[in-house]
Amino acid sequence: MRAAYAIAAVLVIATLPRLAPWLQFVLTLAIAKGFAALGVAVLLRAGLISIGHAMFFAVSAYGVAFLARAGVGDLATLLVLSVLTAALTGAVVGAFLIRYRAIFFAMLNLAVSMVFYALFAKLYGVTGGSDGLVVPIPSVFGAALDEPAFMRILFYLSLTLMVLVGLAVHRYLDSPLGHALSAVHTNEIRLEYLGIPVWAVLLIAYTLSAALAGLGGAIAGFAIGRVVPEFAFWTASGHLVLIAVLGGIGGVPGAFIGALFLEMVHTAAVTVTDAWNLIVGAALIAVIMFMPKGLYGLVAREEGTKR
Amino acid sequence: MKQPILEARDLHVRFNGVKAADGVSLSIQDGEFLAIIGPNGSGKTTLLNLCTGYVRPKSGSVHLDGQNITRLASRAIARLGVARAFQIPQLFSDQRVIDNMMLALAAKDGLWTMVRPLETAARREEAEALLALIGLADDRKRISRTLPEGHRKLLDIAVALALKPRLLLLDEPTSGVSALERFPLMETLMGALRQRQITALFVEHDMDVVARYANRVLVWNAGSIVAEGSPDDVFRDPRVLQTVVGVA
Repeated sequence: MRAAYAIAAVLVIATLPRLAPWLQFVLTLAIAKGFAALGVAVLLRAGLISIGHAMFFAVSAYGVAFLARAGVGDLATLLVLSVLTAALTGAVVGAFLIRYRAIFFAMLNLAVSMVFYALFAKLYGVTGGSDGLVVPIPSVFGAALDEPAFMRILFYLSLTLMVLVGLAVHRYLDSPLGHALSAVHTNEIRLEYLGIPVWAVLLIAYTLSAALAGLGGAIAGFAIGRVVPEFAFWTASGHLVLIAVLGGIGGVPGAFIGALFLEMVHTAAVTVTDAWNLIVGAALIAVIMFMPKGLYGLVAREEGTKR
Repeated sequence: MKQPILEARDLHVRFNGVKAADGVSLSIQDGEFLAIIGPNGSGKTTLLNLCTGYVRPKSGSVHLDGQNITRLASRAIARLGVARAFQIPQLFSDQRVIDNMMLALAAKDGLWTMVRPLETAARREEAEALLALIGLADDRKRISRTLPEGHRKLLDIAVALALKPRLLLLDEPTSGVSALERFPLMETLMGALRQRQITALFVEHDMDVVARYANRVLVWNAGSIVAEGSPDDVFRDPRVLQTVVGVA
């Protein structure tokens, strides 16, 4: 039943841009943020809140810009290399941060992400400072494309990756390593006494979550066509945590549901008033107060009552 | 004489000036059921912490099969075949009982996969068999947080057994278990230990349990061993009657 819902949802998303072409950009960006929020949600499993994951989002997007400038012009190569860059950065940063818990983990992620922000903003000669860098349109399997064609391909590629990566992350969370990750939240002592190295469980999760944020960042970079230091700013990280909480930390679809919901509310609110933040804020409060398990909790609960 | 499975030599540790272990030496032979008794706060749990790398001694050493494990991490000692059940059950409270068991089974051999699910048919069968053995078959789908304390205690022991240890350290296995269930539990547990040839060291407050199941008893007081011997001998010792049995 849940699979039927998911397939229906993906089909609806796939056809929306045919009805309203302006939605294509909004949806691509929502999926990109969904990947990053999924990265945050993975760590939430272990009870760890990262208020810094936008750094990996930005590292990957800058990675695409640098690689493109260095002459790499193929979409697939750029995606793979930039995600690997984010994962590697995640492994290095994670090696230090996974020793910390609770507020210390959250704040240290924030601190490190702001170091990245400062580097992106101040190293003008390398990063273009606050102007950022252009992300040119790459070729797809050797074919040079115009912008509308590329954006269409990017949208459907993102959608496909959302399904495939989503399934892969679901597998991971259901694997012994995924269960061990959830167990970090409840009992680290027992994990150690089972002979399970908590640090390794967390480092794998952290690296994976950085890679997910990186995938989102690369897609966002392509969609926007430019990467700026604000990609790494702490409010962007906070935004990702909001999406993860909004979607519900229970399942993989939650992150994407949260991202789509927030982007849609944002897009609608902007057309109504300049004070669109008010509407987005009110929507958030409503979800948090009335749906403690997030938007995904609604679907899951309905399923529960049917059984 | 056979080489002991676990040997502690001249352990010293103190917390804020309180001597929790003051020159303690002991050894456990393969196949033994060694009980440790003593008043509250005398350092019995600290001994288990010392033997499992959770607390480091100020001086002295711990050996497993002759290998010095004093400086090893708890997880390394666990992988060498020493499992522990806790006085306060240490469970994954948000997960189902069966998942607690399957994670313990996976920890032994199949943790490092991100692709295969935790729940495989073989692993589930093994987990269910262990749960049935310890009397938790009906609880297997429950979230472990919702179990009554006695059952949490049993699950904690079952999780330790799932590691297929050579040496099991039990910290008051029967505390929190109702008086009626105490002996049936010990019968099952001891049966399982004998069948699997697991050596056990248990800290225990219930003298009837100690008398019935221990091969040998160590009497612990204020950080040192004050008496040692078979249950019959130890319980006849006037010092033991005064310091331990009287208090307990």
